[in-house]
Amino acid sequence: MEFDLPFIWAGIIAFAVLAYVILDGFDLGVGILFPFFPEKHDRDVMMNSVAPVWDGNETWLVLGGGGLMAVFPLAYATILPALYAPIIAMVIGLIFRGVAFEYRWRTRRAEYLWNWAFSGGSMLAAFAQGITLGALVQGIPVENRAYVGGWWDWLTPFSIMTGIAVVVGYALLGSTWLVMKTHGDLADRARDLALKCSFGTIAAMGIVSLWTPFLEPQYLDRWFGFPTAIFSVIVPALVLGCLYALITGIRSRHDSRPFLAALGLFVLGYAGIGISFYPYMVPPSLTIWDAAAPEESLSFLLAGALVLVPIILAYTAYSYWVFRGKVDPEEGYH
Amino acid sequence: MFESFDATLLARFQFAFTVSFHIIFPAFSIGLASYLAVLEGLWLLKKDEVYLELFNFWKTIFAVAFGMGVVSGIVMSYQFGTNWSVFSDKAGPIIGPLMGYEVLTAFFLEAGFLGVMLFGLNRVGPKLHFLATLMVAIGTLISATWILSANSWMQTPAGFAMNEAGQFIPVDWWAIVFNPSFPYRLTHMVLAAYLTTAFVVGACGAWHLIRKTAPRRARKMFSMAMWMAAIVAPIQIFAGDMHGLNTLEHQPAKVMAMEGHYQSHPDGAPLILFGIPNSVEKRVDYAIEVPKLSSLILKHDLNAPLAGLDTIPEELHPPVGIVFWSFRVMVGLGFAMLGIGLWSLWCRYRGTLDSNVWLHRAAVAMGPAGFVAVLAGWVTTEVGRQPYTVYGHLLTANSVAPIAAPAVAASLIAFIIVYFFVFGAGTFYILRLMARLPRDPMPDLDEGPLRSSGIMPGPATLSTHASTHGGHHGV
Repeated sequence: MEFDLPFIWAGIIAFAVLAYVILDGFDLGVGILFPFFPEKHDRDVMMNSVAPVWDGNETWLVLGGGGLMAVFPLAYATILPALYAPIIAMVIGLIFRGVAFEYRWRTRRAEYLWNWAFSGGSMLAAFAQGITLGALVQGIPVENRAYVGGWWDWLTPFSIMTGIAVVVGYALLGSTWLVMKTHGDLADRARDLALKCSFGTIAAMGIVSLWTPFLEPQYLDRWFGFPTAIFSVIVPALVLGCLYALITGIRSRHDSRPFLAALGLFVLGYAGIGISFYPYMVPPSLTIWDAAAPEESLSFLLAGALVLVPIILAYTAYSYWVFRGKVDPEEGYH
Repeated sequence: MFESFDATLLARFQFAFTVSFHIIFPAFSIGLASYLAVLEGLWLLKKDEVYLELFNFWKTIFAVAFGMGVVSGIVMSYQFGTNWSVFSDKAGPIIGPLMGYEVLTAFFLEAGFLGVMLFGLNRVGPKLHFLATLMVAIGTLISATWILSANSWMQTPAGFAMNEAGQFIPVDWWAIVFNPSFPYRLTHMVLAAYLTTAFVVGACGAWHLIRKTAPRRARKMFSMAMWMAAIVAPIQIFAGDMHGLNTLEHQPAKVMAMEGHYQSHPDGAPLILFGIPNSVEKRVDYAIEVPKLSSLILKHDLNAPLAGLDTIPEELHPPVGIVFWSFRVMVGLGFAMLGIGLWSLWCRYRGTLDSNVWLHRAAVAMGPAGFVAVLAGWVTTEVGRQPYTVYGHLLTANSVAPIAAPAVAASLIAFIIVYFFVFGAGTFYILRLMARLPRDPMPDLDEGPLRSSGIMPGPATLSTHASTHGGHHGV
């Protein structure tokens, strides 16, 4: 049997990006929610709830970028120049937010500065990621192995909308994470925010979903042509199911259900983009096979990935298990 | 002010700036991670609390430095695409998988176990915790291995073919990974990282010996660092010489620039110690030189002929001035490190290691020497590779992305501002942490929180005192 290596790799990269979105999504979300929790004590607990795992979460982004260069070099070499400004904005946001995890505990006088860096950096990174997603969905023109569009092509009403959607969506992941990981008053306010973010996320997903099919003829065909239109019934139905689980979970104080339901919403939204996208890597210019690296590169890295990704997932799970349960607010105050 | 620059030059400035900042942190964290593993191992073996105290002290500094390394590394992983997209497209099939393996085998390992190492001592117990520390240390070494393999391939490319799209196609992965300069470069870099850390730890120990704070911990720290300097500095000089011979074989133009040999020397080349390279007149002005010594070092024969840059077309010359000087800075600091190492051995023999104030002052002054030497070494090797990105095959001018100069200029300015602010603050915090020695488990809250990375308020300890307070950690 012949293995279609570019197809397999597209699946692995898609998995890495999804892993990034849901894992770093909730810790970026915690940063986005900082302004709603002005008390130092609450902020300490919030930050401590993600401090042991954020670094591993962010590594999936490096795998997404590094992996893209390895297995779809042409996609990497055309997407990044096309999205120059949002990518730079994203890394600058991630710089501020990443150092805040350490710096915030090193100073009392300048703590406000690193609170701001953590929160502002998280928002900037999330918004830039949303813009990147929107710009990719609306298409990137490529000729002769190079980006041929303009400098500001990424900036459109649609990409601003996807930017907002990602910020709201990450806030939902962050708030449900806090519901799961914290006690008392902090958890109660997180519940309240989670409820608001649920409606915000659903509204944003709705707008983006209704807008997307009209960006490219292929997208329209995927969602409303037979037989693929089956998806356009199943996906929204599952979305409603997740929403139900989310809201009843919040109301009935099943503290881990809202987080799982929010993850479900993200997976479905991601699948929706995949349904529109396939078989493109860079719509409407490059398919998975156009952008793929030579077979020798794909098979060399695949051999390692098949062994290593399961091991990575195992020790990542172990690390989450070590820090399982609610964060003890006393833990930072001996 | 940027009208006179082209996008390629700006992209090179940006790369040089961001990579120079980035390299400082891995150089420090590779050595420090191994040091932490040694400290924790000694603690488990000897049950002496001083090792745990030192572990907790350096762990906090490691966390700050590692955080800076991670964020500056993310910039690097995207900059290949934003500014060097043509390079990414062409060399991606080879460089990409090497970096992919770095992420899969090293980054996840470091990041996954870092949380356990920083926060988990009371949750997993000392044995598993030691395993986490080891994993972090091994991760930093694996990371160095892959990135040095990728960089070495760009210096001495091997095991590839070209396709019609102008891409480098891998033919023999064994030859790619173990390309001709890789073993020398990896050895040289890992030793450099160990030396860098040794001199930082040594300077910190010496500072506290001078100030007479916490003498036992300071003595231990200083003594360990000086052993490292005395043992590794001579090995490094030997490894550097081997690396130089390898470079002469594969990248002669770089060695010519390092040595300042504009002219060929048919019967024995002098070693130019100092001078001012003059690229217009093609000579080194005011040169102080030792006759025949360059031939002796490079060819092990006083009268061996040595080719100069006059044998190479001028458009393929690397910038001589930069390479000439950065090489001298690196070598000079290497010998200064050797000097400190030998001096410390002498003091140790005389029994004055803890009391010789001049040695301590010299060690404090040499604290940043490793960083400067590492940067100078990288400048030598990277600028010496010019005008190529992939030596002999892909010119830098043909690697750059189709981007506009104002965009690169704007992002360069943004990076400069952000880096100086963010990493300036980080350096300040690290220096302040170093100025306070590890104190007893209860932190002095009046001076602000002294937590190790967020959760633990003071140095984590498994002593009876803390475990009665911390019994609920196991939940």
